Amino acid sequence: MTNSPILTVDNLKTYFFTDEGAVRAVDGASFEVHAGKTVGIVGESGCGKSVTALSILRIVQRPGRIVEGAIRLRRADASGKRGEVDLASLDPEGAEIRAIRGGEIALVFQEPMTSFSPHYTIGNQIVETIQLHQAVGKAEARSRTIELLRMVGIPRPERRIDEYPFELSGGLRQRVMIAMALSCNPKILIADEPTTALDVTTQAQILDLLRDIQARTQMSVIIITHDMGVIAEMADDVIVMYLGRVVESGPVDEIFHAPKHPYTQALLRSIPSIFAEPRSKLPTIAGSIPHPHNRPSGCPFHPRCAEAMPGLCERHAPQLLPLSPSQKASCFLYHEPEEVAPA
Amino acid sequence: MLTYTIHRFLLALVTIWAISVLSFAIIQLPPGDYVTAYIAQLASSGVDVTPEFAENLRQQYGLDSPIWVQYMKWMQQIARGNFGRSLEWQVPVMTIIGDRLWLTMTVSVSAVVFTWALALPIGIYSAVRQYSIADYIFTFIGFIGLAVPSFLLALILMYVGFRYFGANIGGLFSPEYLVADWSLAKVWDLIKHLPLPAIILGTAGTAQLIRIMRANLLDELRKPYVITARAKGMSEFRLILKYPVRAALNPFVSTLGYLFPFIISGSIIVALVLSLPTIGPLLLKALVAQDMFLAGTIVLFLGIMTVLGTFISDILLMWIDPRIRFERRE
Repeated sequence: MTNSPILTVDNLKTYFFTDEGAVRAVDGASFEVHAGKTVGIVGESGCGKSVTALSILRIVQRPGRIVEGAIRLRRADASGKRGEVDLASLDPEGAEIRAIRGGEIALVFQEPMTSFSPHYTIGNQIVETIQLHQAVGKAEARSRTIELLRMVGIPRPERRIDEYPFELSGGLRQRVMIAMALSCNPKILIADEPTTALDVTTQAQILDLLRDIQARTQMSVIIITHDMGVIAEMADDVIVMYLGRVVESGPVDEIFHAPKHPYTQALLRSIPSIFAEPRSKLPTIAGSIPHPHNRPSGCPFHPRCAEAMPGLCERHAPQLLPLSPSQKASCFLYHEPEEVAPA
Repeated sequence: MLTYTIHRFLLALVTIWAISVLSFAIIQLPPGDYVTAYIAQLASSGVDVTPEFAENLRQQYGLDSPIWVQYMKWMQQIARGNFGRSLEWQVPVMTIIGDRLWLTMTVSVSAVVFTWALALPIGIYSAVRQYSIADYIFTFIGFIGLAVPSFLLALILMYVGFRYFGANIGGLFSPEYLVADWSLAKVWDLIKHLPLPAIILGTAGTAQLIRIMRANLLDELRKPYVITARAKGMSEFRLILKYPVRAALNPFVSTLGYLFPFIISGSIIVALVLSLPTIGPLLLKALVAQDMFLAGTIVLFLGIMTVLGTFISDILLMWIDPRIRFERRE
């Protein structure tokens, strides 16, 4: 944690303005991504993981928009000088953010089936990405595409390049997706549930591929998942999100061996284990995620929390504060509420 | 792809044959024949008609032989390029249809071009800027375009054109070119007369296509591949044209087939109001007079145009959508 982070998300708030009111999809998320490291973002469906990823690239669709916060990317500007750019303040359709999208920060989606257009060959769609960001000719872009496909383990890439997405299996398609994301040597790769739609063997292969590529290219990876197994296998640092907020963050070892927040503890308890007593019931987290228009007051987790302190948790919103040099949690078990800030 | 094309072509031939049988049957459906109508016409003008005279007429026109013989004779003649004589006008059918066929095609194509040129960009804009003020305005105009009958629109535009611009807007030619031989000046005169019928005939279709394009594109815009393209850093304009618009084009291309016959048959009243020398009014007259060779030929042409249009749109669809291409291969 000595060098400064390559990407800093600071108090990010992305709301969706619907007729029924504002849905706070991301509500004050803060975290850092360091060069060459993998950050895992984990949480249940609807906790704002994906919207966080879309917010970083500024491709949140209407009626969603970033209402507060900063997303600072460390990058060299045109003259090679090192500096920082706040992505949250850029014009979402401007040239600067478009140069970053796909060029410096690339995205891999959950759905390899629908993430490619069925109307063009995979080669066409990758070549296009290369030519968007680099001044190379068509032939050069094509030979690079073949190299990329070979790198992600596509057999006979010089033939596959002219195939359409629907001719490939799900696993191959996800490899092509990764090849496309890597085509412009991004500094940060955001993988949004990259293995959810794949079967288990393919999942392991894709995770191996990601790790292998990261070791070679030294890029940072943000991996978004609801699967604690993927986190354990991939992440250096972990961010646990609940209802748009970061409830705990820290190195992967501390999160798994000394989880502090009751939500993190509950998530870890609900992983099936082969050491569990046969026929015993898998522990689950009580209750379900509240309706987005009906957000609990105070700490958003208090209605489902086994350790909720009546009179405190529903009245005050906890802050994400350090417990140790590396670990942070947002819970009144570890912090006193600020008297002046009733929620 | 080639086998599929050949397969479709053969199917199209079979369909055209079926159409020829049907159009013949349709002509035979109403009670009586041309002679009945002709005699009634003579009788009403005070001429006495003997049954022998009627029988002679029937023999002369071959109306006394069985229906399938009449059909075979008709087909035989058509195969030689002879579509028969119009019973009412007493000239070969092709002489009557000839120019009108080309003029009809010209008017239809201009109406389709007008429709597409307007509907595509407006539909795309309405979808991309959904619920914007312009979207509401286009939607409003679109519904009015759908609701106003085109003959009414024709009357209004004619009145406005005549009253305020002093223009002679009926027909496709100015009076001095009406019977003149084809020349560059006559073509230019035709071009000058085309926009009005094109607008009138295309308005309803335009309104409809705007709605279709808007709905299709709204569906496509929500698909993940659009987000993928956006995440690559493509500009919004290029991205929308390359990916979702291409996907939304499918229904446009697949309706191309019956656009032409629809414009022709749907345009009869407009053609009458604007006194356009097109096929529509001719078909109406021929049907009323039971002029069977003329009506049969027109119905046959309409059918062939539909089949050919569908054939072309199938080939186009295969060309723009690789999924169709691959499905057909298996």
